[in-house]
Amino acid sequence: MYKVSRVIALVTFAAMILVPSLIVVLGSFKTDAEVYNKPLSLPETWSLGNYSRLLSDSDLDISFRNSVLVTVSSVILTLIFASLASFAIARMITVSGKVLAGLFALGLAIPAQINLVPIYYIFRDLGLTNSYIGLILINVTTTLPISIFILSAFFKQVSKEMYEASEVDGASPLRIYRSIALPLSKPAMGATAIFLFVINWNDLLWPLLLIQESEKKTLPLAMLAYRGEYFVSFSMLFTAVMVASLPMVIMYLFMQRSFIAGLTAGAVKG
Amino acid sequence: MGLPALLLFLAFYLYPALQNLQFATRRWDGITEPEFVGFRNFTNLLTNDDLFYKTLGNNLEFTFLVVIFQTIFALLFAVYLVNNSKVNIALRTLYFFPTILSSVSVGMIWLFLYDPNFGALNLFFNKLGLNSFALNWLGDEKSALYAIAFTQVWFHTGQMMVVYIAGLQQIPKELYEAAEVDGASRWKQFRNVTWPMAMPTTLVVMAYTTIQSFRAFDLIMVMTNSTAGPNNSTNIFSTLIYLTLFNELRLGYAAAQTIFMVIVMILITWLQRQTFGKRYEK
Repeated sequence: MYKVSRVIALVTFAAMILVPSLIVVLGSFKTDAEVYNKPLSLPETWSLGNYSRLLSDSDLDISFRNSVLVTVSSVILTLIFASLASFAIARMITVSGKVLAGLFALGLAIPAQINLVPIYYIFRDLGLTNSYIGLILINVTTTLPISIFILSAFFKQVSKEMYEASEVDGASPLRIYRSIALPLSKPAMGATAIFLFVINWNDLLWPLLLIQESEKKTLPLAMLAYRGEYFVSFSMLFTAVMVASLPMVIMYLFMQRSFIAGLTAGAVKG
Repeated sequence: MGLPALLLFLAFYLYPALQNLQFATRRWDGITEPEFVGFRNFTNLLTNDDLFYKTLGNNLEFTFLVVIFQTIFALLFAVYLVNNSKVNIALRTLYFFPTILSSVSVGMIWLFLYDPNFGALNLFFNKLGLNSFALNWLGDEKSALYAIAFTQVWFHTGQMMVVYIAGLQQIPKELYEAAEVDGASRWKQFRNVTWPMAMPTTLVVMAYTTIQSFRAFDLIMVMTNSTAGPNNSTNIFSTLIYLTLFNELRLGYAAAQTIFMVIVMILITWLQRQTFGKRYEK
């Protein structure tokens, strides 16, 4: 009884993920008529027509480039700022370390969405709407608390003796950070990087708030606009989904463990 | 060393959060001079805004359904896949897969599955002869919210399953061995060992899922074409705030709505801790 229900449940959920994925992959090579009548059959002719049409009558290639630029910059900057702050929190047993930790803990408790209205207003006044820099700034700021939470827990695990020994040797804090803390924290930095990468690559909320010009749009935002235009053509929407998801899917296939570790580290913040 | 992070955080996180409080006391379209209205935005929301109450109801129903079902399924699959066999690891990888997709992509996929004319879901029901199950899922205000809640659960169950598996693997094996010696059934083992021992994880999963469900913004925007569903049936706080800000240009009113959203969010998380946390301490 237990075994039967287990197999049924597992197969059902597996099918619920595999079937839609197959529909999308196959659909991106099909015509609309084929998608609607036989969503799961192989395409009659494997044609890249949808892909070349997507390139010619949308700006998705530009959005793709924008997404890469914004995501990579945001992840790198967040990692630098967050690791520096985490190191400070882990090493400063003094009041200032606690204050810093407390401040960022507050950021974990207050969801960033509460700032939707003021951020829109502040960024407009600073000329940071329709700007990559604006988008990167808000990405970095909203992901700092969670990144610091993950990293400072890790920096605290590095043994005190290790830090103290290097302090006796007269190494400056920055040097200890660079030559001891950072090399030791590679796994945690990797996990955080993946977490940040997925969040920033997929984010719609902030681009929707801050970007209106079509040549500045990131992929999710451009796809939302594309959905408005191509509502009736699912084969074209599937092609767009393929283009937007492929980088993530390829990375996931090669680094499943790190992906799962990274994306759950973000969840288990208690 | 923490200075860059601290400055960014103060400038673009804490300062706006405080400014939001100030905005909430203004009537403002973002262009002309703001006008101080005291608490009128709040009293209007509470006494004179049917849409606000509808949104509150939608958001509570959506969050309740997603939290309940996502937690149950995540725990179920975690129990099924807790051992590190090859097949189990492969299934975990598959179940986790939707998590890496963007909400926009997931929204588009389900937009197709739910499509009343061309969608695979209705094709499936019609082939089985269950024509009465073939609904206009997203176009009907009776089903739209549930359809999106289902998609949300599909989207993130795998992620929460992995969190649960990490929790379940911490439970000492001796507890199960002792229960088996006592002849406890599988259900009894679950009831007396797994459930209480996994309670800290359950609290984490529920808190995270709650916040996540408040953020279903992206999914709703894609699946309802940037409206909030037929007759506002899928309007939740985040979409309401966005639409108030951009379609109605009422910045002060939107700011007051965010404050209510945060209060509701905190209340729900607190309630979960009260209900489940207490029993866990016993």
